[in-house]
Amino acid sequence: MAQIFPRSANTYARGSIVVLVVLVATLGATLYALSKSTYVHKAGVIVPQPVQFSHQHHAGGIGIDCRYCHTTVETAASAGIPPTKTCMNCHSQIWLDSPYLEPVRASFRDNVPLRWTRVHDLPDFAYFNHSVHVKKGIGCSTCHGRVDRMPLMYQEASLQMEWCLECHRNPERYVRPREAVFQMDYVPPPNQLELGRRLVEEYGIQSLTSCSTCHR
Amino acid sequence: MPAGPVRQDPVVPWTRQAGQCRRATTSDMSADKTIDLASVRTTFASGGGKQYWRSLDELADSPEFREFVQREFPERASEWLDPVGRRGFLKLMGASLALAGASACTRQPPELIVPYVRQPEEVVPGQPLFYATAMTLGGIATGLLAESHMGRPTKIEGNPEHPSSLGATDLFAQASVLTLYDPDRSRAIRHLGEIRPWSAFTAAMRSIQTEVAAVGGAGICFLSESISSPTLKAQMAELQTRLPGARWYQYDPVSRDQIHLGAQLAFGEPADVHYRLAGARVIVALDADLFGPTTPGSVRYARDFADGRRVRGASAEMNRLYVAEPTPTPTGAAADHRLPLAAGRVEAVARAILAGVQGGTPPSLGSEEIDRFVAAAVKDLLASRGQSVFVVGERQPAPVHAVAHAVNAALGNLGTTVIVTDVIAGDGTSQIDGLRALVEAMNAGSVRLLVILGGNPVYTAPADLAFAEALRRVPTRVHVSLFEDETSALCHWHVNGTHYLEEWSDARGHDGTVTLVQPLIEPLYQGRSIHEVVAVFSDRPERRGYEIVREFWQAAPEFAGQPFEEAWRRFVHDGVLANSALPPKAVGTPQVPPPSGAAAPAAGAIEVDFAPDPTIHDGRFANNGWLQELPKPITKLTWENAVLMAYSTAERLRVGNGDHVSITVDGRTITGPVWVQPGHAPDAVTVYLGYGRSRAGRVGTGIGYDAYVLRAGGAPFLRGAEIRRTGESTLLASTQGHHAMEGRAIVRAGTLEQYNHDPGFAQHMAHTPAPDMTMFPPFRYEGYAWGMAIDQTVCTGCSACVVACVAENNIPVIGREQVIRSREMHWLRIDRYYEGSVDNPAIYHQPMLCQHCENAPCEVVCPVAATVHSSEGLNDMVYNRCVGTRYCSNNCPYKVRRFNFLLYADWDTPSLKLQRNPDVTVRSRGVMEKCTYCVQRINEARQTAKVQDRTIRDGEIRTACQQACPTDAIVFGDINDPNSRVSQLRNEPRNYQLLADLNTRPRTTYLAAIRNVNPELGGGPDGHREPLVGVPEQVPPPGMTETNSMRRR
Repeated sequence: MAQIFPRSANTYARGSIVVLVVLVATLGATLYALSKSTYVHKAGVIVPQPVQFSHQHHAGGIGIDCRYCHTTVETAASAGIPPTKTCMNCHSQIWLDSPYLEPVRASFRDNVPLRWTRVHDLPDFAYFNHSVHVKKGIGCSTCHGRVDRMPLMYQEASLQMEWCLECHRNPERYVRPREAVFQMDYVPPPNQLELGRRLVEEYGIQSLTSCSTCHR
Repeated sequence: MPAGPVRQDPVVPWTRQAGQCRRATTSDMSADKTIDLASVRTTFASGGGKQYWRSLDELADSPEFREFVQREFPERASEWLDPVGRRGFLKLMGASLALAGASACTRQPPELIVPYVRQPEEVVPGQPLFYATAMTLGGIATGLLAESHMGRPTKIEGNPEHPSSLGATDLFAQASVLTLYDPDRSRAIRHLGEIRPWSAFTAAMRSIQTEVAAVGGAGICFLSESISSPTLKAQMAELQTRLPGARWYQYDPVSRDQIHLGAQLAFGEPADVHYRLAGARVIVALDADLFGPTTPGSVRYARDFADGRRVRGASAEMNRLYVAEPTPTPTGAAADHRLPLAAGRVEAVARAILAGVQGGTPPSLGSEEIDRFVAAAVKDLLASRGQSVFVVGERQPAPVHAVAHAVNAALGNLGTTVIVTDVIAGDGTSQIDGLRALVEAMNAGSVRLLVILGGNPVYTAPADLAFAEALRRVPTRVHVSLFEDETSALCHWHVNGTHYLEEWSDARGHDGTVTLVQPLIEPLYQGRSIHEVVAVFSDRPERRGYEIVREFWQAAPEFAGQPFEEAWRRFVHDGVLANSALPPKAVGTPQVPPPSGAAAPAAGAIEVDFAPDPTIHDGRFANNGWLQELPKPITKLTWENAVLMAYSTAERLRVGNGDHVSITVDGRTITGPVWVQPGHAPDAVTVYLGYGRSRAGRVGTGIGYDAYVLRAGGAPFLRGAEIRRTGESTLLASTQGHHAMEGRAIVRAGTLEQYNHDPGFAQHMAHTPAPDMTMFPPFRYEGYAWGMAIDQTVCTGCSACVVACVAENNIPVIGREQVIRSREMHWLRIDRYYEGSVDNPAIYHQPMLCQHCENAPCEVVCPVAATVHSSEGLNDMVYNRCVGTRYCSNNCPYKVRRFNFLLYADWDTPSLKLQRNPDVTVRSRGVMEKCTYCVQRINEARQTAKVQDRTIRDGEIRTACQQACPTDAIVFGDINDPNSRVSQLRNEPRNYQLLADLNTRPRTTYLAAIRNVNPELGGGPDGHREPLVGVPEQVPPPGMTETNSMRRR
């Protein structure tokens, strides 16, 4: 009986193993890169909003404290998105005719809420609490970046679990004195690790990495 | 492979509880069902039976049962059994192939944030608020706190300030929040099926009023449920003044009518009665389910009873409970002595006890067992004058209640432990007589307009009254209710009512305490409360419920002499009016009517006892999936009612579990499946009301049989029933054989005497390996270490905790078919163990939930680390890692892990989404889940404590089951804190770990059940057995984990 495969088939067979390995590796690398891409985690992506609200102007330029609008950041899981009333506290006095502010005035007038698009959107199975992070000396800018330099809001960090765990495992690298939590231009001192270790001790920071810390 | 040609024939119906793992075959259908029963008898006679057993199947120990329990999930559990056609299958396959690779790379869809325009004070997204309100059942209120997430009530807790609750709840209150969001609720006012505005309804009612104004409103009739609401009573009075000819009737199929009439016999005027069990040393309850949720005040009674039997330290005292009842109830299961007694024989026993406590000799009742029970009860009662309670159940006829008053008077209990007050709910007259008068008036054509305010009389009215036929003769019929039910179908007008979480109202608690019903949410479907409907019949301008209730209290004497606004706000905030319990009534010496003289039942005649269903009540909760799926406290049946009968009765009738029987009394017949209930009174059957609904909704329609058909004259029991096998047989969805723990030393119990002799007896009953018997280095739990202790002495098995867990943790309802396949999703189940003979076993309850083992067997077998240990000792379950291998469940010796075989959670129905607890993930298909120790509550407390710079206080975290528990049987806390309550309980000598010989080192521990057995009756509840537990067993050598040290050698 004649040979079905020519001798060269051996070469092809060996070669195909290599090709397969390369293909699988490439696919893996692609998927990995994809999972870390802004396409998936959306860091740095500006999403359209009903009002072109500028944190740069309000927080950076005018110097309004974060807590003027995000009132519950020290007491609750949610930092709080201000009601239209908060906007109108000032804007019933200034920029009365600005066309940019028409949706805000319309909301207040018609009692219809503004519909913002969420920028920092954790998966629904992750439960984050602002108050405890603020209490333990994690600054706003550590996670949200220099909001005071963002004309339009975007997500600074990836918000992926790896990113959360980086701090949960090594809180001393990120913790800052409580009085500087809301300070946007805070720069970690050169002895951050030393200071961090001291603050971890002082604030009783636990390195909580159990699954149920965030997932329930 | 199990017996029978299983796989060849997928369409043969499932059959018979006895062979749960089998499917019907022709030979099965004709098989003699007494075979199982006979083998049970044989096993007992040979002394080879288990001392503790959970079901008759287990006792018979048939090969089928062994096969069943050996499977982690019963046969075919892992197959897709839903009828999926070829098309559907291809669609599913196509979709899953397309999504197979991409599922991990999904992008989150954009989400919106919709802040308030003007934010209300106190509302913080994510932070729940609690409001005091109350739920009524039979007109009597239990004070509650409702948890509100951004305006959505999601969870019910008890109001600690309310005397009927003290912070705990019953299962109806826990499940009531689901009824609020029931998608089957009626959503509009309808006239002859057409949607009409409220104004059309009020116009129609006004025109009828004008029509009959000349005759003083004669012809207008109201039919409501029992009423305790002071506001509604005032509205009734106002109505009577304006329309003196109008008539108002009150009817509840399960009411306290006979109690009121019994007081009428005893004292000459109707009165109500409630008990102070806190001061009682001896409690005798005849056919009274004091701790069952159908009894008003049951939550308080259970707490007071439990407080009298918290065995602590080296020597202890306990109260003693005697119960005689037809079928075991939570009260009977908690009893120190229980006598199976048909409801119709209670009067004789009550009179015998009366004779005894009045100094005479109790007459012999023809049974040594009963006589011994009576003699022991009398002796104990006489020894505890003024510190005892004698109770008869509300279904017992009025003369028996008069006898009870006489017993309590003779013992000096009246005014101390037994409080007689004015009638709380209802008007004190016979509701059945009232309903009969209404039916006669309707038949005579003298009713022009009938307004039915709540209730469902077409379904619940006594069969012999022919209420539905009479109703058809009324020219205008109005029904106000939450659902378009059987009664709505026969009415011209249907007004969609309000749930108690949507309305302003008030009511009185079991001791008469004035309680406010506060709405948590605007009526979802613009429903109208009963107050608002009754206000249509007033000549004042239309008012909303808030105004009606507030205006009533503004004029009320309770608020006189203080600034009203302030007092009102306090009332609304507290939910109760302080010190508003009805004062004890001054009553004379109770008169006892002579015995009815009814002939004693003929030997072998069967009595039918009617009882409200333990989870569906009178049928009002039929469409509540949580309550349908909740295993009924003793039978563990779900989704249907059965005909409960004693073992000996079943033997005589040659029927087994699931065999259908027809019961005929006076020409009326019902047909239902048999459930052989150990401990049931012989020669009687118990039928549960509330099933067989024809218009309940998608959940409750068409399941079970309708026992109202048989219940002529609203009788509590009927004699002379004829019972026949129909030859048909179905499989009952009982969870009792599921997740069995293979008869190891699980439930441990002893007598008080035994405890005082050897407090640590429970710890000697099994071997606990030394902590260092492990290959792994010990893990140090610094900071908190969570643990739970469960006291089996005070657990009544009421199951409020199970529903609380369902509500708190978004646990789905899966339906009858899935329950039969052992797929029930309850994270917390209550295992019920029988001990002793089938005729009158002792009954123990063991709440079983994830034990949070320190050496958890589930963790080591998970290939994807989806179940891992937390630094505080929790056994974490990570849903988004789980791939559904079910290895963990297979390896769990406690059988507490639950798998989402299908997409059980309802992700579509909008109203049900409102109910969900936002702090707990809603699980999807293909993931394992289990008790988390309410980790959301732990985390919340930890975060709050951290923000406040302190540690978590003991008692700050209460798990949902603990919070609901009426008897405080469940205690949760930090076991690293030696002063915490849980640590103290773990140091009790009764404390033991379950299956400790496996070296799992569970964080949940149990306190052995102690019964205060009367030495004169000896033994346990059936009085003639050897001591409950023997001398300490041999310590099994390590490794021999299968050794059952509790099994009789």
